[in-house]
Amino acid sequence: MIDPIKPPRRKNPLLRTRLPASPPRPRSRTSHGFTRAAAEGRFMLQRCEACGAFAYPAREACPSCLSPALAFADAPRQGTLLAETTARVPSDVYFRERAPWRIGLVKMVCGPTIVAHLHADCAEGAPVRMSFQLDKGGQAVAFARPEGDTPNMADDRQWREMTADPKFRRVFVTNGRSLIGQEAVVALKAAGAKTVFVGVAEPWRPFAGEDLLRRQEGVEVVTLDAADEKSAADLAADIGGKVDILVNTTEYVRAGGLLDRKGTSIARDEIDQAYLGFINLAQAFGPAMRMRGADGVNNSVAWVNILSVYALANWPAFGAYSASQAACLSLSHCLRAELRPGGIKVMNLFTGPVDIEWFQTVPPPKVAPRAIAQAIVSGLRGGLEEMYVGDVAEEIRQRLAANPKALERELDK
Amino acid sequence: MKKSQRTPYDGIVIAAPVTIPYVRYSIESAQWWIGRALGALVAQAGIKASDIDGLCVSSFTMGSDSGIGLTQHFGLCVRWLDTIPLGGASAIAGLRKAARAVQARDADIVACVAGDTNHVDSFRLTLENFSRFNQDAVYPYGAGGANASFALIARNYMRTFGVTREDVGRIAVAQRANALRNPHALMKAPLTLEQYLAARPISDPIHLFDCVMPCAGAEAFLVMREETAASLGLPAARLLSTIERHNAFADDPMQVRGGWAMDIGELYAMAGVKPDDLDIVQTYDDYPVITMMQFEDLGFCKKGEGAEFVRAHDLTIDGDFPHNTSGGQLSVGQAGAAGAYLGLVEGLRQVLGTAGPTQVSNASLGLASGFGMINYDRGLASGAAIFAGPSR
Ligand SMILES: [Zn+2]
Repeated sequence: MIDPIKPPRRKNPLLRTRLPASPPRPRSRTSHGFTRAAAEGRFMLQRCEACGAFAYPAREACPSCLSPALAFADAPRQGTLLAETTARVPSDVYFRERAPWRIGLVKMVCGPTIVAHLHADCAEGAPVRMSFQLDKGGQAVAFARPEGDTPNMADDRQWREMTADPKFRRVFVTNGRSLIGQEAVVALKAAGAKTVFVGVAEPWRPFAGEDLLRRQEGVEVVTLDAADEKSAADLAADIGGKVDILVNTTEYVRAGGLLDRKGTSIARDEIDQAYLGFINLAQAFGPAMRMRGADGVNNSVAWVNILSVYALANWPAFGAYSASQAACLSLSHCLRAELRPGGIKVMNLFTGPVDIEWFQTVPPPKVAPRAIAQAIVSGLRGGLEEMYVGDVAEEIRQRLAANPKALERELDK
Repeated sequence: MKKSQRTPYDGIVIAAPVTIPYVRYSIESAQWWIGRALGALVAQAGIKASDIDGLCVSSFTMGSDSGIGLTQHFGLCVRWLDTIPLGGASAIAGLRKAARAVQARDADIVACVAGDTNHVDSFRLTLENFSRFNQDAVYPYGAGGANASFALIARNYMRTFGVTREDVGRIAVAQRANALRNPHALMKAPLTLEQYLAARPISDPIHLFDCVMPCAGAEAFLVMREETAASLGLPAARLLSTIERHNAFADDPMQVRGGWAMDIGELYAMAGVKPDDLDIVQTYDDYPVITMMQFEDLGFCKKGEGAEFVRAHDLTIDGDFPHNTSGGQLSVGQAGAAGAYLGLVEGLRQVLGTAGPTQVSNASLGLASGFGMINYDRGLASGAAIFAGPSR
């Protein structure tokens, strides 16, 4: 049984902030199959295409039949905890600071035995469900939880190291004028966030949904025009040390591609808002977040981007917009690498067209802003890195994996 | 496929057991320790370095060197060379290979040597870089190293067979008593069962006195034919039998037995002796619970009876079952790969009657075992050898 975590007390400004450390990071190249699984919240093991046997740890040939055809495949999560131990004097800084640390050996029903981090409610001899999680070094690790839900399950100390649960954390939603931003504020508050800061550009200009934002307890409307470097820097000077999760809801959608537009003024706006806005936010808030990766219960944990799935494959009808999103996607990988030493996760949510004004002419299915908000919360709770929200995003992902050229031709219509 | 009969080790002997006394930390390199062991071998055997025509080396901390680099480093010109990276099984494996080499006359005198240094960060670096499976699937889980891995094995073994910490502690306490007679043991304070039980936990159920102390040191011996030893006037022990096994019982969900259990019949049959005939036994004691497992798997008692065996016997030098007479790795220290050699080298001294303060009276038949390489969830390598002194 886990005691619920307590709300963190106000921080003593005189105390040194404990700097983040990374758990051991080296992995074999093949082992990054688990990284992919963990990023998306899937549980995958290598499975031999010749004899069907599952294998773990990552191998280059099947230990049952020596076939080299070992593909990562979704695997059953059930196992039994055979034995546990508590490491009390680990040899590495990250674990020594967090000792005692509990691990165990799990026999999976599909065959392999897996050394795993243990949720506190796991008991020897009892069934567990396994997942791969991204640890503070950004690497995949196996994590065993009890088969069923237990009280305050998400408050487990070791589990919370793997996730970015909004509970008791302070969240900054960058754009409160957008529907996605407004829904995100509501969802994050409902998920237990202590404070949600929400950015609004030119706050004297009224907007739909403004009352709802201003009336909510624990929501602070702050002034931010992400495209303006000084605006971002000013806000960071004010709240930068209190942002545990940043949700980048910058939104700038315009139809059109290249030849039917004249000049670069719209493209420049798209770049200003989406790409340079991202850079401004990263430079203003990133360094402090990276510093605060081990700062107690409300340490800094995650950066969330909402990206169009057309960042992955250009949709000519919104061609320039797709390109601005591709630029943001590329930049997110840079940000992920640079925030990694702080243990900060960068989560990208890919969506198809959202049910907002700027996609008015696009036929359904479209993604409801509320669905995106709920995905943000579940992704943070699961500690994910990639999410595909809605049917269009999921379909584009599958088609891209199956044949990128087919997707390119078919998006041209 | 039918297993063929092995060729006996007729006329193969082991001589010049050498120990370079251990230190907790050393600023010297592994090569420095190995060099000292080679020097001691030559001095003790009364030979020239150029008489050594075979070399077998084990070390974790030689950096980018292997045996070949050492030949030039130490001015050795050999016609048989091996580097054995089998951790705690390196001594038995090295002995087996060297024995066959001199038997087939690929070499006349093989120097088997293991040595490691211990810098302040050596132990951590060895843990981090131990194996691919360890790097991918063990070390990122609490970085507990071998302690955590063996803790899982120990916990399962103790629960399965009803073994208590008192039972396991008897092994550690007896070895400490032996170590107090060994001037080179790093542990110099007596250890009571109460102190053993009260020690701080490291990785439950592994507590402080279940763990070896990493240190620097080296061990070595020479392998040759009987007539070579005679011509040199060297006292030598005859090699009667050996076994070696890797990745045994892969289908056991957790390790409750080592590879010895697979080959034990052959070990005694080849030597023509029974477990009861042995005068001294040197097991691989990286953890006392692994020693208890060896008492079972080496045939001194049945599986599950290890605790009872330990309760029924006195494991000290003067006891009815003299075991790890130098104090073992638990009390002498674990000098990396030299830890694999420690038991065999002490066992050789015992049957040659040169063990000095730890000598068991009238010891002439000895067994030494090795165990190593916790690659993922279990120790993969195991081996054992039986040898006899001139008096037998
Ligand atoms: Zn197979």
